[in-house]
Amino acid sequence: MSLAENTTRSIPDRLRSPLRSKVVSWETLLLGVAIGIFVFNSLASPYFLDAWNLSDATFNFTEKAMIAFAMALLIIAGEIDLSVAAIIALASTAMGVAMEMGAGTPVLVLVGLGTGLLCGAFNGALVTKLGLPSIVVTIGTMSLFRGISFIILGDGAFRGYPSDFSWFGQGYVFWVISVELVIFVILAIFFGILLHKTNFGRAVYAIGNNPTGALFSGIRVDRVKMILFLMTGLMAGLAAVCLTSRLGSTRPSIATGMELEVVTMVVLGGVNILGGSGSIPGVVIAAFVMGLVTFGLGLLNVPGIVMSIFIGLLLIGVIALPRLWAMWRKS
Amino acid sequence: MKLAKFMTSVAVAAGLFAGPAAAEDMRIALVVKALGIGFFEAAAEGANEAAEELGGVEIIYTGPTDTTAEGQIEVINSLIAQNVDAIAVSSNDTDALVPTLKKAMQRGITVVSWDSGVAEDGRQAHLNPSSNALIGNMIIKLAADHLPDGGEVAVLSATTTSTNQNIWIDEMNKVMGDYPGIEVVSTVYGDDLADKSYREATGLMQSHPELDAIIAPTSVGIVAAAQAVADAGKIGQVNVTGLGLPSEMAGAIESGASKSFAIWNPIDLGYSATMLAHQLATEAATAEPGAEISIGRMGTITLDETNSAAMADPFVYDSSNIDAFKDIF
Repeated sequence: MSLAENTTRSIPDRLRSPLRSKVVSWETLLLGVAIGIFVFNSLASPYFLDAWNLSDATFNFTEKAMIAFAMALLIIAGEIDLSVAAIIALASTAMGVAMEMGAGTPVLVLVGLGTGLLCGAFNGALVTKLGLPSIVVTIGTMSLFRGISFIILGDGAFRGYPSDFSWFGQGYVFWVISVELVIFVILAIFFGILLHKTNFGRAVYAIGNNPTGALFSGIRVDRVKMILFLMTGLMAGLAAVCLTSRLGSTRPSIATGMELEVVTMVVLGGVNILGGSGSIPGVVIAAFVMGLVTFGLGLLNVPGIVMSIFIGLLLIGVIALPRLWAMWRKS
Repeated sequence: MKLAKFMTSVAVAAGLFAGPAAAEDMRIALVVKALGIGFFEAAAEGANEAAEELGGVEIIYTGPTDTTAEGQIEVINSLIAQNVDAIAVSSNDTDALVPTLKKAMQRGITVVSWDSGVAEDGRQAHLNPSSNALIGNMIIKLAADHLPDGGEVAVLSATTTSTNQNIWIDEMNKVMGDYPGIEVVSTVYGDDLADKSYREATGLMQSHPELDAIIAPTSVGIVAAAQAVADAGKIGQVNVTGLGLPSEMAGAIESGASKSFAIWNPIDLGYSATMLAHQLATEAATAEPGAEISIGRMGTITLDETNSAAMADPFVYDSSNIDAFKDIF
């Protein structure tokens, strides 16, 4: 542990780039984009600046962001989990089975979280014990988890969740502040502290930068990776609880394609897809950017495919900008 | 055309067309399963036709990129935020949309579903493209229309347990009395597999040499049967009919293996859904069991005990109109 403490000063949270060191950080750049989108939306649509509408808009990203926080740590450590959306499907199906057996809300939540944790453990074991590449493992478990869900449900659906279960996805803590938004904020703070203020966080960066070096520094690399997979699974389980509660039903097609939106959010937040750098504040802002873009364009009735183009351009633009800046400085 | 549409979208995105249209316009949102599907583009055409006929109505044609319930919920949330007057949705999930659509109704928005319905709590009324009784009658009528002196017909269905097909065949049997001289000599099952359907159709022609028509109330079976008739050189002797998709059946209509077939017309469906939403939103009609609601050129529909209604007979496609529809769906 003393070794890990010593590394505190030597490995930076972010890779140094000319743009970031000289002018602005990634987070400031993103924050500028977010504010720009906010102002644009307020001018473009008279419906945008309304407390309830903005509150509704947060549902576009809260569930994805819950997973994105854990995914950010996983990607910084040089791994990835593409099975998160399938974990949601399986966890939601498990909750449906429990509900049919007469489980109440507390048990349903435990089943959802527990299923997520088990799926995470399965991914983690395959990666750390067998030494398989996580991208291959989780592409496999993506089909496996959702496949189980399809076997159980077929073209049917679970419905009739207890009415107090709807609190997670449809409830409000105070005025327009939804339960999901509160969970999002708590998790943002938790993961922010975990990554930026603890030895564990330092170990995550160290592994992402140089796994062999980290191992020889006395970091238990496999153990850290296992914990990261468990956390990602748990967050997918939590997202499953919220999403199932919000939809009030389960179908095996639930959350289809969400893994890519989660990864997009993480990368847009400035996390290096190759591992080693990134920050939680960046992911938080990226979540808002994606939520505001989809909601703002939705208010203007822009077709979904154009929204996807926007998000894609935004992603490429924000990633290419520092690189272009560096090239411009050199020449 | 595609490019023009895209440019318009980008222009809208850039805020050039920012702000709502004239405030007094009634805004009806047509929410589809996913954008970029010919069937739904045609439905939007019908919705615009209804809007022109009604006047003072703006159609917002929208939907998610993929056929997911989550995507549709995001779209519906933004429609609620815009406070549209009515939402007419073809849903990706019977149950998952209910909480969001309930919220829409609480905020005074008229909600109807069409084509693919929403559970009863989530909408005021549902419009089915047709009804089982109408379909059952249509499939035998299609065969009988070309057999004025009566004849032998056989049914090529999907599987023995296909709920829809079994109901339609039952409904068909109920009305056989209206078609004297027509005799159903056999019912076979192709399991909705192209090769098995083909073999079953070939078998029908061998065991019933006098066969005059094959009725296939399944889009897989009808195509396979038409192919079997063409391969057996029996075009003109055996007429293939039933339910099929214009894009898949265009060849069979051209070759004469099929004189006509039926399926719902998406243009009429979009038109009727808009009319229904407009009638309810203007409170010209109330959604309650037994209510008779006028839907413009499509006549009048009657809501049943679940507030659902059937639009019309399935639409008949033949050589006169197949070219207009084969590119749509």
